[in-house]
Amino acid sequence: MPLQTPPLRGTHDERGAKFTEFGGWDMPVEFDSIRAEHAAVRDDVGIFDVSHMGQIHVSGPDATVLMQRLTSNDVSRLGVGDAQYATITDEDGSIIDDTVVYRLPDAGDEPATESREGEDHSGDPTYLFVPNAGADEAIHERWVEHRNEWDLEATVDNRTDEYAMFAVQGPNAVESVEGRTDESVADLERFTARYVTVEGVECWIARTGYTGEDGFELIVPWSAAEQLWSAFDCQPCGLGARDTLRIEAGLLLAGQDFDYETDPRTPYEAGIGFVVALETDFVGSDALARLEESETEEQLVGIQLIDRGVPRHGYDITNTDGRVVGTITSGTMSPTLERPIGLGYVPTEYAEPGTTLQVVVRGQSKKARVETTPFIETVQ
Amino acid sequence: MSFDIPEDRRYLESHEWAHEDDGVVRVGITDFAQDELGDVVFVELPDEGETVSQEGEFGVVESIKAVSDLYAPVSGEVVGVNEALFDAPELVNDDPFGDGWMLEIDADDTAELEALLTAADYEDQIA
Repeated sequence: MPLQTPPLRGTHDERGAKFTEFGGWDMPVEFDSIRAEHAAVRDDVGIFDVSHMGQIHVSGPDATVLMQRLTSNDVSRLGVGDAQYATITDEDGSIIDDTVVYRLPDAGDEPATESREGEDHSGDPTYLFVPNAGADEAIHERWVEHRNEWDLEATVDNRTDEYAMFAVQGPNAVESVEGRTDESVADLERFTARYVTVEGVECWIARTGYTGEDGFELIVPWSAAEQLWSAFDCQPCGLGARDTLRIEAGLLLAGQDFDYETDPRTPYEAGIGFVVALETDFVGSDALARLEESETEEQLVGIQLIDRGVPRHGYDITNTDGRVVGTITSGTMSPTLERPIGLGYVPTEYAEPGTTLQVVVRGQSKKARVETTPFIETVQ
Repeated sequence: MSFDIPEDRRYLESHEWAHEDDGVVRVGITDFAQDELGDVVFVELPDEGETVSQEGEFGVVESIKAVSDLYAPVSGEVVGVNEALFDAPELVNDDPFGDGWMLEIDADDTAELEALLTAADYEDQIA
């Protein structure tokens, strides 16, 4: 299957980026060096092209009901311009995908409205949510099937191919974005968003990110992607730095820290029980209500290697007797801390920070310790 | 992008270089290899006194994003290990043909080097 290409594939290539396949997309993994890009985001500001993220729009009189039943968090709490982290779970409460749900302006209120079939949809709630790379088609199908099954009135549009997404992240992100907007964005609170004109381009701009730093995510039509990207003169960053930054921040990566096909996990096991609003009656809520957070048998924990070595996805975790008790799901040499760190699942009895464990690196047991996550100080 | 390929040494297809001096062969990875790997964060090397065989694995180099096996260009006994890399693995990126060297091997038979790629051969390979 040919890889999908982001709108700026050519621009990144000219800039000397190296590329990698991710979720069916041919994405820049590194522009200069992961270390330099990582440092730019921790100390200054960097920009990422994350156009591989899915973009699904849901609108209509029943849009809120549909979103409420298919995501684990409480969508009814979202006013226009609010954003919310959530999981999409199956009947057993296993995570199919994780996502951020944005409430867009109601139909008819958004700028540059595209009128649909001449009907008046004014005032209908409208949501945008962002499934992980490569998951957009299956998730779109899930939404359409359930809408039909439940006989709800809502449109569900997969607009992944229509919108680029950039993340501007770092302590100087406000400065970097502000100089290019027609209004201040400094007052945007964490997990809120609004339409702002950046370099003459209408963007949905959110105070969100995946690095542990302050910053923004900008969603723009593909046609304006080039114009917007080139307006930022900060450090371009690839998926390599995105990965090291999010591991330090203790943030999950779909397909790695949970994988619906090979390693299904509940939000409780994955340490994100805060996205579960049981009272909202969603697909999976019954199962999760029965599980209860306290009875989780295994938990995702932070792990630091004490001995020399780097923990990697798939490495065994053993107890001090050498018995395999878990698996590393993500790992790296932390560029900020200059220590080998990772995430992995272990039985709850080993999940207490400070617990001594071992990670098996190429057949050799390396001493390791359970750590609290995030590994670094992050914005809340 | 062009890469340094010094002509005073031989190369393996797996991107190690070998520089012989009086029967002792110094080994490292090429400029191209360090660039492909990106920031090197860890090397695992044998101890002095261990033996290695031509094209056999002798260690591992890890960057932030990748793990790569290392292959010996000649057979022999390890007589030198660049321990500076344990604390400063970035030397592999900064100076792959110099301070970023990894191993010195007392070669059983330096004629084994004849089978390896010349600088010109290696340049063709990575072109």
